[in-house]
Amino acid sequence: MKVNQLVESSIGDASFLNPILAQDSASSEINGLVFNGLIKYDRNLQNFVGELAESWKIKEGSEPEITFFLRKGVLWHDGKEFTAEDVKFTYDKIMDEKTNTVRRSDYELVKKAEILDPYTFKVTYRQPFSPGLGTWSMGIIPKHLLEKGDINTAQFNRKPIGTGPFKFVEWVSDEKIVVEANPRYFQGKPYLDRIIYRIIPDSSLSEMELLTRGIDLYGVSPFQFQRMKEVPFLNVYSQPSLGYTYIGYNLQNPLFQDKRVRQALTYAINREEIVQYVLNGLGTVANGPFPPQLWYSNPHVKPLPYDPAKARQLLAEAGWRDTDGDGILKKDGKPFSFKLITNSGNDTRRDVGVLAQRAFRELGIDVKLELYEWSVFLKNFINPKAFDACILGWSLSPDPDDYQIWHSSQIDKGFNFISYRNPEVDRLWEEGRREYDIEKRKATYWKINELMAEDQPYTFLFVPLSISALQKKFVLVEKDSNDKEIFRPIKMEKAGLMYDLIRWYVPGAPALEK
Amino acid sequence: MLITLVGISIISWVVITQAPGSPIALTMDPKVSPKVIEQMMKNYDLDKPIHQQYFLWLKKLFTGKLYSFKDGRPVLAKIEERIWNTLLLNLVATIITFSLAIPLGIFSARRQYSFLDHLGTFGAYLGISAPTFWLAYLLILGTVELFGYPVLGMRSFVTEDFTTMELVLDRTWHLMLPSIILAIHSIAGLSRYTRSSMLEVIRQDYVRTARAKGIPEVEVYYKHALRNALLPIITIFGFLIPDLIGGAIIMETIFAWPGIGRLSYQAVLARDYPVVMTILTISAVLTLIGNFIADLLYGMADPRIRYR
Repeated sequence: MKVNQLVESSIGDASFLNPILAQDSASSEINGLVFNGLIKYDRNLQNFVGELAESWKIKEGSEPEITFFLRKGVLWHDGKEFTAEDVKFTYDKIMDEKTNTVRRSDYELVKKAEILDPYTFKVTYRQPFSPGLGTWSMGIIPKHLLEKGDINTAQFNRKPIGTGPFKFVEWVSDEKIVVEANPRYFQGKPYLDRIIYRIIPDSSLSEMELLTRGIDLYGVSPFQFQRMKEVPFLNVYSQPSLGYTYIGYNLQNPLFQDKRVRQALTYAINREEIVQYVLNGLGTVANGPFPPQLWYSNPHVKPLPYDPAKARQLLAEAGWRDTDGDGILKKDGKPFSFKLITNSGNDTRRDVGVLAQRAFRELGIDVKLELYEWSVFLKNFINPKAFDACILGWSLSPDPDDYQIWHSSQIDKGFNFISYRNPEVDRLWEEGRREYDIEKRKATYWKINELMAEDQPYTFLFVPLSISALQKKFVLVEKDSNDKEIFRPIKMEKAGLMYDLIRWYVPGAPALEK
Repeated sequence: MLITLVGISIISWVVITQAPGSPIALTMDPKVSPKVIEQMMKNYDLDKPIHQQYFLWLKKLFTGKLYSFKDGRPVLAKIEERIWNTLLLNLVATIITFSLAIPLGIFSARRQYSFLDHLGTFGAYLGISAPTFWLAYLLILGTVELFGYPVLGMRSFVTEDFTTMELVLDRTWHLMLPSIILAIHSIAGLSRYTRSSMLEVIRQDYVRTARAKGIPEVEVYYKHALRNALLPIITIFGFLIPDLIGGAIIMETIFAWPGIGRLSYQAVLARDYPVVMTILTISAVLTLIGNFIADLLYGMADPRIRYR
């Protein structure tokens, strides 16, 4: 029987159905349906469009101000009207030290947040900080329901009330979460009647459920891609994900301080081959720290090619030679030998490690590959910077500001654990986060992309594709020029497959009885 | 017994909290500042010395103010929600196990070295050595292929238009596969125990006497021999009580069964200390109770064992 609903699956259960407390992807996905932010990214992940805020105004200066003009007549799912009080409340709760939220970091540069009138909300920053705008896509929570009691343990976190396109219905622990269409949604009632989120902890059995049509949408691993494509009732979508895998070199280690050595190491690795064999071809070679499909990635920076001869030449220039003919490069009598570490439980990284080890060995570099359990890996190696080289990955947010990963001020306590330090790049990261004009920001990040390709602080390996399989019965409803509803196929957007979720529909399905 | 329990909980506390890892910022998120992480550690009392943390945990446990780090819910409510699911699954599996394994064992013992006994031995080795996760996958795939009806979870995920009868049938259907697989392994083991223990008893003098008295063979087996043969089985029964709620992590994960096993596994991964510790303590209590009950049962089954 056709039902006008979407059934998704998740490996883990949600934790908090409250956007300011949630950290895991399962919770965030449901929160995205139940709550709205003031603004959200557009479908290209470049600019912002209004959600609860109809429009906004940025006043630049040494203490910039953002004024949000809120939409009038938006109702919480319990019928109360949404106002600037709720926005202020959300902000105050995030900043409250008693609230167990990591999101507080996003607002550390806010000087003050104030209500100008019930529909106007103004934020003042201590200094220019353009990534600050994007943080207002944070889901807004209702003041009237969370004012009293401890937000960390509130009942609300299990039966949320939001303003979003879908209303919460039920949550059965470790089984399912159900939301249904909100008929009073300010952008119009969603076409789907409801969305069911099933928790299936075993991913090979979720695949089986997909094939027996027990779920509609499924995140596909590279090794499943080929057989998914052959299923007649599935559409398979893919696009580069927001993240990359890399080999990071500890720049406090004298081995890696010469950039010619780092370039040589990158030249030595056949990254095309890694994508081919490790990801079944479902990824692209990375050219730097940015996702290649987004506006701030510089298309003119080409990844270094696979060129072992060039690698040898660069190493020789840097003084590394095999003086005694034992096949290992040496400089000042010391052999070129290091430990490459990664976390266990990630087969992709392990395979990359083996291929890199072989490639380095061919150059005459002796590499030992070691795997550690994640917590041990962080505690004993990464955090104290007690490693030579590591294989890791970053998942990024759509904003290009990776200051925390690359700026030299972040070596001590931040995420620059490889101790990368380049004064010009530092200056550009600072400039990028101070600039509000997107074209100027773009120029800055393109320059960073270029300089880092030269420096090769990491060997940027690849950007994997994110792949989804969806049952073919879903269509996208669009209005034509005569306001008539027409059905179009669902498209993958840069902002993800589900960007237009409120216009998804299953044609021919009877309405659900209530 | 109380001292043992406190000892267990202190050792568990040290092992659990001193293992590497922290409940906050499990993933590397460059957008999270170290200052915020420090503040959160403080909110969770993780900045305090370990003995203070232990007493805080005890105090919160007994005042009902113990909340999970992962979702801020009361720990006892989280456990209670899942304990019945696990209990149901394990109870059914246990009933299947005992009602099949003991007769099977007795049967094998009576017909020692017959073809059926050999078949039973072979089957038992198969059952013990086959990995349960592999059996589970095979059975799931087979069932879905054969009936085209979903087996994952504790019930079908949309049940609102079901009648009561259909609800019951649906639950039974979903209960069937995981409990059978859980049972297969234990049947194999338990039937072996029963067989060997029966064989041992059957050769004893009093059994020969009973036979010599002319008591019918059936009565010899089931009245005289069985009672003594079951003594070792009682020990196993004692272990069973903590097992009943201990949860079967692998089966619960494969069958998407919302039970204690999955809860504790996730809690360990997330370093959700309050949940892990409380589950461990409950298991410890049940193990102690199980041993106690087994002791009592010995007394009943064997008048030679007396407690002073």
